[in-house]
Amino acid sequence: MPYVSPIAGTRYVFDDLRTLLARASPARAGDRLAGLAASSDEERVAARMVLADVPLKQFLSEALIPYEEDDVTRLIIDSHDASAFATISTLTLGALRDWLLSDEATTEALKALAPGITPEMAAAVSKLMRNQDLILAARKISNVTKFRTTIGLPGRLSVRLQPNHPSDDVAGIGAAILDGLMYGCGDACIGINPATDSAARALLLLERIDELRERFDIPIQSCVLAHVTTTLQVMEKRGPVDLVFQSIAGSQAANDAFGVSLAMLDEAHDAARALKRAPDGANLMYFETGQGAALSAEAHHGVDQQTMEARAYAVARRYHPLLVNTVVGFIGPEYLYNGKEIIRAGLEDHFCGKLMGLPMGVDICYTNHAEADQDDMDTLLTLLGVAGCTYIMGVPGADDIMLGYQSTSYHDALYARSVLGLRPAPEFEAWLMKMGIMDGAGRVRPRLDGGAAKLLGSS
Amino acid sequence: MNEELSSDPSYDPWAYLRRATTARIALGRTGDSLPTQRVLEFALAHARARDAVHAHLDIESLMSQLGDPSTVVVQSQAQSRAQYLQRPDLGRCLAAESRALLLPGAYDAALMLADGLSAQALQAQGAALAKLISVSPAWRFAPPVIAQQARVALGDEIAEALGVKLVVVLIGERPGLSANDSLGAYLTYAPKAGVRKDSNRNCISNIRPDGLPFEEAAKRILAMIALARKLKCTGTLLKEDEALALEAAPLEAYPTKPVAL
Repeated sequence: MPYVSPIAGTRYVFDDLRTLLARASPARAGDRLAGLAASSDEERVAARMVLADVPLKQFLSEALIPYEEDDVTRLIIDSHDASAFATISTLTLGALRDWLLSDEATTEALKALAPGITPEMAAAVSKLMRNQDLILAARKISNVTKFRTTIGLPGRLSVRLQPNHPSDDVAGIGAAILDGLMYGCGDACIGINPATDSAARALLLLERIDELRERFDIPIQSCVLAHVTTTLQVMEKRGPVDLVFQSIAGSQAANDAFGVSLAMLDEAHDAARALKRAPDGANLMYFETGQGAALSAEAHHGVDQQTMEARAYAVARRYHPLLVNTVVGFIGPEYLYNGKEIIRAGLEDHFCGKLMGLPMGVDICYTNHAEADQDDMDTLLTLLGVAGCTYIMGVPGADDIMLGYQSTSYHDALYARSVLGLRPAPEFEAWLMKMGIMDGAGRVRPRLDGGAAKLLGSS
Repeated sequence: MNEELSSDPSYDPWAYLRRATTARIALGRTGDSLPTQRVLEFALAHARARDAVHAHLDIESLMSQLGDPSTVVVQSQAQSRAQYLQRPDLGRCLAAESRALLLPGAYDAALMLADGLSAQALQAQGAALAKLISVSPAWRFAPPVIAQQARVALGDEIAEALGVKLVVVLIGERPGLSANDSLGAYLTYAPKAGVRKDSNRNCISNIRPDGLPFEEAAKRILAMIALARKLKCTGTLLKEDEALALEAAPLEAYPTKPVAL
């Protein structure tokens, strides 16, 4: 069904919903690369005007990627909760934006709505929202998850401690972990990106972290972000796997390029549950996503990159994950060119994930060939802190020496908590106090005469 | 607390942990923030990486280092650095006027020297490495091709135009904060323009003085392209270890990455 713009002057026709969404999307490199972006600013706004009048029900009848071809589409349609959707079923997309920002859209109302929101609805409404709208709506949403720490409570900002090392060296990773703990980071998880995809090395790293955790009674969970098939091997050996990690994307073909399927994730999720390392009902999965992943695998089906990203969240929510984060500027300038595009994408991803019910964190990051720098990251970090972001990354000095990109640092996390009055997860905060790492005023100011000294002595 | 150490804001008292990793740990603090010295250190590393990304290749100097008067200089379809960064597809295609410069001859392999994401890396080591590779007894190399605003896959089109069976691409790698002069080598047998299958290539990366020295990289590349001729392929079926094992002279083990403890 074609969509026609009502504005005076040029007559814009958009062949289908997929095209309309792409043209309405805020400008970014990946959509230009894919040939999907609006050809002018006027066309972009015309598309938004048309989009605002599209009934939400249309999203349930017009699939962007055919149901028969794609298991992510099938997942989206088959798991859609009609009763949750009922409250908004008569609205247009523009009216949905108004409702999200209204007093009626309370934390409880948004929680109840989440299963009725499809990724396409979330992506579409975000295209009608300014940055402040994305922040305001996301801030109202609270998606709490739990393993050994409770993540996503209002007024809290957790940190994934990311102690990567170019050769997965145990001592090097250990040094970065201790440094991070002394800076009050690690309450989301200690998550290592391995340099090699080796089950033996992953097992060794997990065992060492588990020893540290038990010895100092640290309320943390750990994860080696290896491919899910590698983590399955570690679990077969009864390794101490807290969280199963996988990178995911928004189409079956893109997931295939990652070497992963829904069946594989189901199997890994079951295996993690069988390990019984957490109380019943704990969240056991960790996913990363990022705009541009589908396009780079040539598996985007003519859909804009932000909508493809939101579709990845449909995969994530099937597994009730502990953690989900977009790695927003990692993929490079051919997808998000500069600070402006990265900032916008970070706010979109965070909002869409939250709206769909996920405990959304963000790896606020960039590469050296993007037109971005630490100032842009400071801006996005501050905005996301205001928006109630669940967690961020803590990378030593913001410089990941294994992956070769810049993220947020331990110091950045302290900055965000300080200026916004945010605190770590409650269990971890209590531990920081007990160890003398956090002072009575809630500031991270380690005293080296008690528990913290013993912790450092373990290096 | 140790007063002496805590009085220097550029270190934390656990600065001894820095011996275990090159990660930026124990950076010290002023309140919750980084000390001035640390902010400037980071800014310098980032500035150098940015400069490397945007540096221009000095063609004349590279040609004189190569010392081969038949060297060909080509451009991709990317018109500027900004376009190159946003349109990798254009960096994989030859500009029309460049294609006309490439003619088949009595050779079966091509060598492309590409700026990629660090012209500095190519400038520093490209010519020396190229000279060591082009003497391969297994292959007859066409005159070297210098390519600007180039991606790896541009080598496929160059190889097709030259009518050769193998292409070796030497290309500047994306600069990191710790290294901005790293060169990568990509080997592709039977390359086809427009067919982008990275699993059909072999890559040797981190070629730089503090990483894999170019002399050692040349040995590895020569071993691998010799084996590629026998196997009639590159990619996942061609293993570097096997290629090196075939070499008569025993090679000193030279890890590209620090050895794990």
